[in-house]
This record gives sequence, C-alpha cells and structure tokens, in this order.
Amino acid sequence: MNQEELNNRLSKIKDKLLAFEQPLDDRIIISCESEKAYALNQFLFEDIRARFVIITGIDADDCFELLYHYSYDQTGCVITIKAIVRDRQQPQVESITPLLPAAEWIERELHDVLGIGFKNHPNLKRLILADDWPEGVYPLRKEVKK
Amino acid sequence: MKKTLNKPVLAVGPFHPLQEEMEYYQLTLDGEIVTDIDVRLSYNHRGVERISETLQFDQVPFLVSRICGICSATHPLAYVQAVEDIAGVTPPERALYVRTIINELERIHSHLLWVGLGGHFIGYDTVFMWAWKYREPVLDLLEEITGNRNNYGNVKVGGCRENIQNEIVPKILKELDEIEKKTEMLTKAVLDDPIIHARLKGVGILSNKDALNYAVTGPTARGSGVAIDVRHDDPYAAYADVDWNVIAQPEGDVFAKAVVRLLETLESIKIVRQALKKLPDGPVSIEVKEIPPGEGFGHTEAPRGETFHYVRSDGGNRPVRHKARAPSYVNVPSFKASCIGQHVADVTLTLAAVDPCYSCTERLAVVDSQSKVILDYDALLKLSREKTARIKAELGAPEFKLEDI
Amino acid sequence: MSWKTWSLKKSPWVFHVNVGACNNCDIEIVNLLAPKFDVERFGIKLVGSPRHADALLVTGVGTRQAAIRLREVYRQTSKPCVVFLIGACPCGTGIFSKGYHVVGPVDNIIKEVDPNAIIAYVPGCPPKPEAIISGVVKALSIL
Repeated sequence: MNQEELNNRLSKIKDKLLAFEQPLDDRIIISCESEKAYALNQFLFEDIRARFVIITGIDADDCFELLYHYSYDQTGCVITIKAIVRDRQQPQVESITPLLPAAEWIERELHDVLGIGFKNHPNLKRLILADDWPEGVYPLRKEVKK
Repeated sequence: MKKTLNKPVLAVGPFHPLQEEMEYYQLTLDGEIVTDIDVRLSYNHRGVERISETLQFDQVPFLVSRICGICSATHPLAYVQAVEDIAGVTPPERALYVRTIINELERIHSHLLWVGLGGHFIGYDTVFMWAWKYREPVLDLLEEITGNRNNYGNVKVGGCRENIQNEIVPKILKELDEIEKKTEMLTKAVLDDPIIHARLKGVGILSNKDALNYAVTGPTARGSGVAIDVRHDDPYAAYADVDWNVIAQPEGDVFAKAVVRLLETLESIKIVRQALKKLPDGPVSIEVKEIPPGEGFGHTEAPRGETFHYVRSDGGNRPVRHKARAPSYVNVPSFKASCIGQHVADVTLTLAAVDPCYSCTERLAVVDSQSKVILDYDALLKLSREKTARIKAELGAPEFKLEDI
Repeated sequence: MSWKTWSLKKSPWVFHVNVGACNNCDIEIVNLLAPKFDVERFGIKLVGSPRHADALLVTGVGTRQAAIRLREVYRQTSKPCVVFLIGACPCGTGIFSKGYHVVGPVDNIIKEVDPNAIIAYVPGCPPKPEAIISGVVKALSIL
C-alpha cells in the first residue's frame, strides 16, 4: 500500500492511542499505554506487515518509554510505537518475542540496562553486561552515573 | 626453543579463539547435527549509547563510526540524518554525492573482505589472499579522499567535512575499472565452479518466513528473497539520482548470499561511476547552529544491512538519548534458524554468511551438556575445509580451478 | 639481554586478542598477512594458542567481560612475552573512556597480573599496517 493508504490504516486505530504524531511525511510516532503495546506490535507486524527494527528504552524521569521502531519498506516510512511504562518501581510489559523472534535480544538487553521486566519472554537471561556486573544496577537509568 | 605445535595451525588469519573459556556462541550437537545455540554477548559492549549523551551533537559521529570498523561510514551517516531531520536542514547537493561515493566505496571493500573470508572457510585460501589484495586500492583511495583508510570521519551534521577534489576523479575511475574486471572474473568463477556450487548450495538456508520473523536486513535478507534495501526503500544521499538495481536471490542458502554480495559489488561500482560523473559543484557543508527539541530516525544501508539510529534532543547541545542499531544485531540471531539442523562442518560457513563483525566469527564453539568445549573454532574450521576436500574428490578435478586465479 | 629475550626477537609468533574492539585494528592486523604487506616473510606468524606465542597483539578498549579473559590469556602465554597494544583503544581507551562497561586501559589490566610486563604501544585509529610493522620492529630491536 502507498503512504496515503498507510496513514488511513493507522488512523483507524486512533482510539487505542494517546497521541498520533507525524513529524515528517515518512516518520510516524504513535503513543500508547504500555498495556496496549503488544496489540499495537501485533497490528504492525501481522496486519500492516511492517518490519521490526529495534526497541529503544528511555528513562524519561517520571516514567519509562519503550519505543518500538518499525520500517514499512514499501514506502520507506518509519513507524514508532511509543509505549509509556508508568510504574517505575516494577516496570513490566508483555514480551513481544513469542510474536517476533527478532525481539529476543533487545528485550534481554533492555532488561540488563534498564531493568524492564518482560512477561512471558522465553529466555530472559543476561545478554550484554559482564558476568560480574552487580545485580540491580541499570546503567541506562538516570540515577546511575559512572 | 619453540615448542612444536600439536595441532595443525593455519598460517593465515587471526581467527583463533581462546580454547579454555566461555565463547560467544555455544552449539549443542546430536551426533553431527546442530540442535541448539546459545549466545553470550558482552565482550564488545562498551556502552556507546551512554557515552553519546556526554558528547555534543557534532562530536558523536566520531564516536559512532567506531562502533564497527567496517561499517564506519554508515553509522555516522544514519546518526547525522536523524539529527538533520530534527533540525530540518538539508545538506548541499555535492555533500549528498560525496556521502554516496564514500559509502559505496566502503561497500566494495567490505564485500571483498567477505569474499576473502568465505574463501578461507572453505579452504580456498588463494581467494582470501586475492580478495584482500584487491581491497587495498580501495582503502588507498579512501585515504586520499578522507585522510584515513578506515574511520573516515567525513560526515557531519549539515554535510561533509572533506570534499572530493575534482582532480582525483580520474584516478578513482581508473581504479574502479580494475576492481570491476577482477570482481567480474571472480563472480564468473564462483558461478562456474562446481565445487563451490556443491559446497555452498543448500547450506545454511534461511527460509523466507524466518527472514521475516527474525527481521533480517541486507544481503542476509536479500539472499532469502526479501528484496529490501534502504537505499531504494527510503532513499537518502544521492541514491535516488543514480540508476542501480536491488539484487535479491530466493534460495536463502550461503550460495545465494555470496551471489548477492558479488553482484552488489558490481552495482556499487556502477553507482560510484554515475555519482562521480554527476558530481555537482558547490560547497559540501552548511553551518547548523542549533538542534531544536525533537526526535529523529535515520537509517542507511550498510554492507551488512540496515543501520538505524534514533536521536532525541531537548534543545541543548547534547543528545538526550541516542540509540544505535547495527545490522548484525538482527542478522546474527537468525543464525539460530539457519544453523539448527545443519551439519557441524557447515557451521562456520553459515555464520560467516550472515557477515557479522568478524571477530564474532572467531568466538564459536561446540559444547557438551556440561558446557565443556569439545570442538573449538579451529576444529570447526578444519571440518569445513575437509568437507570441501571430500566434495572435490567426489567431483573430480574441474576444468576451471578457482584456486588458480 | 637474556638468551630468552634474544630468542623471541627472531620471527616472533603472535597471538591476537580482541578485548572490545570495533574490528578496524583487527582487520588491519589481518591485512598484514595479505599480499601487500605479507609479514610472514619476516617470520611473524599468527598462532592459535597463547601457549605458543612470543607476543600478544591486543586490540580493543578492555571491556569488563573481556578483561577477565585477557588476564587468563596473559597468564597462559609462555614467558618472556611482549604485549603489543594495537590502536588508540588499548593504549588509553580513547573516545570510550566514559563507557560504563570499560575497565581499560589495557596496560592496567595486564599489570594486575604482572607488574613487570613488557608492554609496547602502537597508537592510531586504526594504526596503518606500516605503523604496526614499524612498532613491532622497534619494540623488538630495543629488547
């Protein structure tokens, strides 16, 4: 489908979203609560057939943000799901790895560096921090300085 | 007195692991078939994303070009494109062409590097020596243009740091003619050699479905019939202004990926020639005073696949958040799909076909259920080469020998 | 100079260790074997085990995970040996100095195991093959 059709398809799910931003013609950001993230990922991967790129995890002071980036290669559009994880004490979100094996590593990495829990992840073992890195120290969190 | 070695050691290639410690990739076997893979990253983790937050926007390209030495033109370009989107600036036309030329020259020497490695893994060391010899002129050209053989440091927010002087253009064209001749010769030899066919075809197949589930990119995807290429799908630099083809093959095996890379090298030469011809006059950079608050998403097609950078700015002079994703991050996990069910002799080749940063390739070992290493990298390499020798013996001596190039 | 150090000057066998490098230096080291530079004519050979090596070629910044490995490699390398730090990263961590996972520079890691280690520095990013050859030859000639 072309960009116009893509925009139409995406606007149909606006009721699930907190916000719909389009900073450029081919750059779209759809924000949602973290509970809706799995369904939106499923929508992009299975319905729209976009390609998963990566997940960016951000410590945004009063919450965590998980940005699920997708590329719709037919038009070159980058679509990002911005999921807000409000619980800072026990941040949890449903893992998308059972849906998309491609997400396995990045969810493990986010678990290591940001301390996000991914429910139902098949293999949430340490990935990128050293064996002797202290538990509970999440280098990408704001409170951790070198 | 030097100790004699108790194992044959190949005098080429530094692909030697540590024998007695945890490796990157641990394979489990059932007989001679791979049944499972476990991966441990961490050795190369330097925490680049956090370091970015301590640097100013125009210092970050120097950091990210050192994420991976052989994709060192694409990482800063993806980052810079993200920042230019936030700032709403477009670099001058000449800069777009210079970026294209340098990125394609990098693709040429990266693919030739891969061809050499592939040859090494199957026992065609002459191909290894040959391919690495013909990479050198490309590195010399890059040094003349940018001042360094690698880590060119040529990209900045708003354009390029160094111009391509018009006087050097004939020299580049002449070198390209040479490289094209050799690449064509090699491509023909690979497509004609029955041993290469027998050794690479059907090996390490990544199905089209797995290619989509693992979201792979680059030649790994294009070799499985997923015809995606950022230069075509979301054109950047000058790619929309030149005439070239996306190369894809449907079979998904190592042979398909080798063909994709060889033909892409020829396409790259085409692109550079056109870009040099059309190189517009004018400056190669504009000044960008500040980056407003916003978010930018930049992606480029590295030799290994899509490099993606996300940048968030709050109006200050440092990025608030910078996410860098190299193509190998999605390509290497697909090794699980293409390797399970394979014979152990094909394991080094299957991993190499994904073209990870090559020091990942040296961290490969087979372990038993107690995690004790039973086949280290050298042993795996030997198995691969022995398989080639067996195939050779079965097929008899072919008329054209790739090793004799 | 003892006969041991004299013996390692002629055709040193080297073992390559990557402790968190971007691969540029690693590739330049492999370029040394390629036809243009061809260091095998000097008898320099890359070996598969530190136990057979006279010299270590270390690339990379010294990440936390790799440091454990590097100390073990150094212990296993037969002495006397020379440790060549190839590139700006092992020489002083360079642009990665603020990384949370970086415990380099590498000379500190080696000195934890052996305060009297013989260490030679070949800076550059990456050092050109000519620079690596020059560094190795210079170091061996003053041993």
